[in-house]
Amino acid sequence: MISYWNQNASTILTDTAQHAQLVFGSLAIALVIAILLVLLCLRHDRLLTGLNYIFSLLYSVPSFAFFALLLPLTGLGNTTATVVLVIYSEYVILRTFITGLRAIDPSLIEVATGMGMTSRQVFLKIQLPLAIPTIFSGLQVALASTMSIATIAATINAGGLGTLLFEGLQTQQMPPLLWGIIMTVALTLVSIAVLRILQHVYQPRLGGNH
Amino acid sequence: MNQQPVIEFDHVTKCFGQNTVIPDLSFTIKQGELVTILGSSGSGKTTTLKMINGLITPTSGTVKINSQPLADHNQVDLRRHIGYVVQQIALFPHMSIRDNIAVTPKLLKWAPTEIDKRVNELLDLVQLPSQDYANRWPNELSGGQQQRVGLARALAANPDLVLFDEPLGALDALTRLDLQKEIKQLHTSFLGDKTFFFVTHDLNEALFLGQRVMVMKAGQIEQFATPQEIVQHPASGFVEELLATEERNQELWRKLQ
Repeated sequence: MISYWNQNASTILTDTAQHAQLVFGSLAIALVIAILLVLLCLRHDRLLTGLNYIFSLLYSVPSFAFFALLLPLTGLGNTTATVVLVIYSEYVILRTFITGLRAIDPSLIEVATGMGMTSRQVFLKIQLPLAIPTIFSGLQVALASTMSIATIAATINAGGLGTLLFEGLQTQQMPPLLWGIIMTVALTLVSIAVLRILQHVYQPRLGGNH
Repeated sequence: MNQQPVIEFDHVTKCFGQNTVIPDLSFTIKQGELVTILGSSGSGKTTTLKMINGLITPTSGTVKINSQPLADHNQVDLRRHIGYVVQQIALFPHMSIRDNIAVTPKLLKWAPTEIDKRVNELLDLVQLPSQDYANRWPNELSGGQQQRVGLARALAANPDLVLFDEPLGALDALTRLDLQKEIKQLHTSFLGDKTFFFVTHDLNEALFLGQRVMVMKAGQIEQFATPQEIVQHPASGFVEELLATEERNQELWRKLQ
C-alpha cells in the first residue's frame, strides 16, 4: 500500500483532482440548469412536473449504458462524462429544488405578489432563499451519487479515480483498488463538509437564538 | 372628505370553473373611507378584495381603481401603491423586521436613508419601539406583534389604499380589540387621506371599525350602509339573522351574570 503510494503518488493525486473536477463541474452545471429551468417554468407548474418526470426516466437508464450511448455523439473523454453526470445529478437537484419551492407557505408568495413583486422578484427574494436548505440537501445527495457514478467515467477515458479502480481490477492488484476507494470516500467526505460550510454561509437566518 | 371614488366595481362576476362565486357585484368606495366587508366564509369577500389588487381577475365586468380600469393600470406598480395585510400575517421569515417593512420602499427604489427613517417611524407608530424591534426576526415576535409589523409593512410606502383580509382573525380576543382600536385611530389620524378596505367575518369588528359596512352573502351585497343604519334598519332577513347572533350572545351573558 505504502510503496504503491510512494511510486504513484502523483498519479493518485492527479486522478483525485480530475475526479473532483468532473464531479464539481457537473454539479455546478446541473445546479445552474435547475435554477434556469425553475425560472423559465415559474408560471408553468405542470411543465416543471413534466421535466422532472423526463429526468426521472433518464435517471433510471443504467449509467454504464448511458456512457456507451453518448459515445457516438460526444466521443471519448470529459465531455461525455460531464453530460452523463449532469443528467444524473439534475434529477436529484431539480426534484429537491421543486419540493423545496412547493413547501413554501403559499401565503408568503401571495403577499409578495400583492405587495408588487414581479414573479422573478418573488423567486429571487422569497422562494430561492427559503428553498436553500432543501437545495443543499439535494446537492449533498447528488454529490454522493455523482462521486460513485463518476468512477465509471474512467472506462471512456475521462480519467478520475475510476482509473485506479479499473487498474486494480485488470491487474488483480489490491493497492490501486484500495487507494481508489480511499480517495473516493475521502473526497466525498471532504466535499460534504465543504457543502455544509457553504450552506451555513448561504442559508438565510430565520431568527431564533441569536 | 374628498369624494373621489377610489374603488368601483361595475357588474363584476367571478366564476371558478363551474362555481359562480360572485354573480353580479357593483359598488363604489370613496377616498378616505373605512369600509368593512362582513360575510361568512364562502361569501366572496376575500375574492372581492383580491380583485382590487389584481390577485384575482374578474370573469366579467370592470374594476376601476382611481377611476381607471384595472386592466389599464400597470398591475405591479399599482400593487406597490396598495397596502396589503392578511390573516396569515405572512411576514417573510428570512428577513428581519426592518427588512420586512422595507420591502415595498425598496421595490420603489427609495434611498436607503429614507427607508431607514420610514421603518423607524412606522415601528414607533405601531407601538413597537424601533430600537428594540427593528433588528429582530419574525419568529421572535408574538402573533399580535407580528401583525403590527404586518400593518407597518402595508403602510410602508404610504399607500392611499390599504386592503385588510381578516387581519385579526388569528389573534386572541384582547390583542384583537387593541388592534381594532389602533387601526381605527390610525385611519382617523390620516384625516381622510387613506382608504381602508377591511374584510372580516366578525360582526362586532365590522360594526366597530366600519364607517360603512358591506354585508355580503353568496357573492352579493345584502346591505351596504352605516353601522347605525344596519343595526336600526336591517335590509334583509340575513342581516337580521346576523344581528340576532349578537342578541344571543348578550342573552348568554345575562344568564351568566
